[in-house]
Amino acid sequence: MSAPSLRIPLRPLARILDARQRGENPDAIEKENLRLRHEEMRDRARIRAEGRIVLLGAMFALAFATIGLKMWVVAESEPAEPRTSIAGSSIVAQRGDILDRHGRVLATNLDTFALYAHPHQMVEPERAAQELASIFPDLDQDRLTRDFTGKRRFVWIRRKISPEQRQAVHDIGEPGLLFGPREMRLYPNGALAAHILGGASYGEEGVHAAEIKGTAGVEREFNDFLTDPANGGKPLQLSIDLTVQAAAEQMLYGGMRLMNAKGAASVLMDAKTGEIISMVSLPDFDPNDRPGLPTEGHPDDSPLFNRAVQGVYELGSTFKIFAAAQAIDLGLVKPETIVDIKGPIRWGRHSIRDFHNYGKELSVADIIIKSSNIGSARLAEMIGNDLQKQFLGQLGLFEPTPVEMVEAPSGQPLVQKNWTDLTAMTVSYGHGISVSPLHLAAAYATIANDGKRVRPTLLVQDGPQDGPQVLSYSAALQAQDLLRLVVSEGTASFARIDHYSVGGKTGTADKPKPTGGYYKDKTISTFASMFPAHDPQYVLIVTLDEGVETSGSEPRRTAGWTAVPVAAEMITRIAPLLGLRPEIAPATLADITLTSQ
Amino acid sequence: MRTLLYILSFAALVGLGFWAYQENYRTKQIVNEAERLQVQISQARARLGVLKAEWAYLNRPDRLRELAELNFTPLALMPISPDQFGRMDQVDYPSSDPVPAPLVEINNPVEVSTMSMQEAGQ
Repeated sequence: MSAPSLRIPLRPLARILDARQRGENPDAIEKENLRLRHEEMRDRARIRAEGRIVLLGAMFALAFATIGLKMWVVAESEPAEPRTSIAGSSIVAQRGDILDRHGRVLATNLDTFALYAHPHQMVEPERAAQELASIFPDLDQDRLTRDFTGKRRFVWIRRKISPEQRQAVHDIGEPGLLFGPREMRLYPNGALAAHILGGASYGEEGVHAAEIKGTAGVEREFNDFLTDPANGGKPLQLSIDLTVQAAAEQMLYGGMRLMNAKGAASVLMDAKTGEIISMVSLPDFDPNDRPGLPTEGHPDDSPLFNRAVQGVYELGSTFKIFAAAQAIDLGLVKPETIVDIKGPIRWGRHSIRDFHNYGKELSVADIIIKSSNIGSARLAEMIGNDLQKQFLGQLGLFEPTPVEMVEAPSGQPLVQKNWTDLTAMTVSYGHGISVSPLHLAAAYATIANDGKRVRPTLLVQDGPQDGPQVLSYSAALQAQDLLRLVVSEGTASFARIDHYSVGGKTGTADKPKPTGGYYKDKTISTFASMFPAHDPQYVLIVTLDEGVETSGSEPRRTAGWTAVPVAAEMITRIAPLLGLRPEIAPATLADITLTSQ
Repeated sequence: MRTLLYILSFAALVGLGFWAYQENYRTKQIVNEAERLQVQISQARARLGVLKAEWAYLNRPDRLRELAELNFTPLALMPISPDQFGRMDQVDYPSSDPVPAPLVEINNPVEVSTMSMQEAGQ
C-alpha cells in the first residue's frame, strides 16, 4: 500500500529462475502474486465504497436533520403573517356593520380591551385585588384575592373595559394584569330597533382575539354574511329607516302608556316592495346589554319577545276585508249587494253575534264599515271552505313569514287542523286563526299593491316585487275603497286625520285564556291601515296588548278607541318623514269646490 | 488569455455580490416601509371606525330629541309635521343678493378621538 503506483510484476524473473532451479512450478509464483494483487484491489475498492456509503449516509442525515429542524421551527415558532403580503389590508373589521336604508349606522364594531391576569407573575396580588375592586365595583374582592393567591395561572377579569378603566388598571402597576385586544359590537342607537338587530356575544375566546357571534335577529340570521372574509367587511343594509323607526317607537310607546296597554307592536311596510321601514315591539331592550332569557313569568311578556314577528294573535275583524275582497273577486257580490245578517247564527254550542245589532240586512260595504261578524260569516259561506282556505294560503297566512330574522320560523300561525264550516265562518272575522302583525301587514300590503302578493323583507330592495296576482286588480281597488270607507264612515273614525287620507280596518279580539275560553276584559286591539288611501304606498299595522281607554264613563277596549288613535298619531308623525306630500283625498277636494261655488 | 478570463469572471462575481447585497438591503428597507404604512393604515381605519361609531352615537335619535327639548327656547325645533310641506309657488325666493353672506370658516377643527391624542403624543 505504501507505493501502490509501484506495480509488482506477476512473474519476477529472479524468483522464477530460482524456482526453476529448485524444480518448483513457477506458475505457483504467478498465482501467488495474482492473489496478492487481487486482494490489494479488493481492499482499495472496499475503502472507496465504504467512503461513499459514509458520505451518502452523512448526506441523508443532513437532509433529515434539515427537515427535522424546519419542522421543529414551524411547530415551535409563533405564527406571523408574511411581511410583504397585501392581502391583510382588505380585512377591515372582523364583522361587517349594519346600516339602515340611508346608510346610517345601526351596528358597528369598536376596538376595546379585555382584562386578564397571570397570578404567577403578580407582585402584590392582594393589593391588585383591592385596587381592581375599587375600579370595578361589581367585582368581588375576596374572590379576586382567592383567584390571585391560589394555584390558578390564568384568570379572566373583564371581557370589555373602557379606555378610562384601562388607564386606571395601568396605574395599579401590577405586571400580572394583562390586556388582550378585543372588538366589541356596538349599537350606537341603544334600544332602537332592538328586536330587529337582536344582539351579539362572544363565541370562541382567546387572549389575542375573540369571535363575535350574533345571538338573535338579523345579527344571527346574517352571521355568516357579516363574518365572511370574502365580503371584506361589506356592510349589511337593512330596509329600516332610522328616523322613522325612532319616531314610530316614540309614538307607539306614548300610545301604549296612554292606552294602559302592557305591550304593543307596529309594522310599517312599503306596500310595493315589501320592505319593512319600521318594526317595533314594546317593551324592548338594549342590545348592547341584552338581558338573559326570562326565568319567570310568561315568555311572551319578556322584553326579548318580538310581538311583531313571533307573537301570533287572533287579530279579529281585520280579517273581514279578506272575505269581502275575495267575494268581490269571485264575482259573488258587489260592495252594494245586500246580505242577510239576521242573527245570531247558531252552530252547535257556538253562536255568532255582532257587537251591536245592525238590523236584518246590510250591504257588503256596510258589513265592513260597521264590522258585522254575521255578515262576514255569510260571505264566507258564499265563498266556500276550500276557496277561502286557498286564498288565505296565497296571502301567506298559514306559514311563517319569510322575513330575514332568525325568529321568523317561531311566528308560525295557529290554524285549526279541521277546516270546518264553522272554522270558515269564524276565520272570516279573524277568530280561530292566530297570525303575527307582520303576517297581517304582508296580507294588507297585497291588497294595497293592487292584488299582487307582497313578501315582507328586511333588506333594502331595488324595485317593486312582482309577486303573483292573488286578487284581481279591480277587486283590490274596491277593497281599498271599502277600507277608506271604514275610516271615513265606520269604526275607525279616529283615523280621519288632517293632511292624509287613511284607509284601514279595526280588529278587537278577546284574549284567549291559557286554560281555555276567553277573557272578558282583556283584548288585543289592532288597526290595519294603508295610506294614502287612494293610492296606497305604505301599510301600517298597530297592535295593542290589553289596551283600554279610560276617559269615558266605562272602560273602552275596542280598537276604534285604542289602536286607531295611536295609529292616527303615528301616521301624522311618520308620513312627513317618509316624504309623503300632505293632501286631501280627491273626493273631499271636489266637495270643497262645490260648497265654495 | 485564460488568466484574463479568470480575472474577468472573478471581477464579475465580486460585482454581482455587491449588487445583490445592495438589492437585499433595499428590499428590506422597502418591506419595513410597507409594514409601517400598513400599521398606519390599520390605525387610521381603527380611528375611522371609532369616529364613525362616535358620530352615530352622538347622532342617535334619543339624544337629538333630548337636545332639541333642552334647547327649545333658543331653537324652537319641533318634529316635522305635514303643515311644513308647501308648494313651489309658495317659496319666497330672494330677488338678488349682490353681497353673499361670508361663509363661516372652520380653521381649528377639534379632534375628539383618543387615537389622535395618542398620535400627537408620540
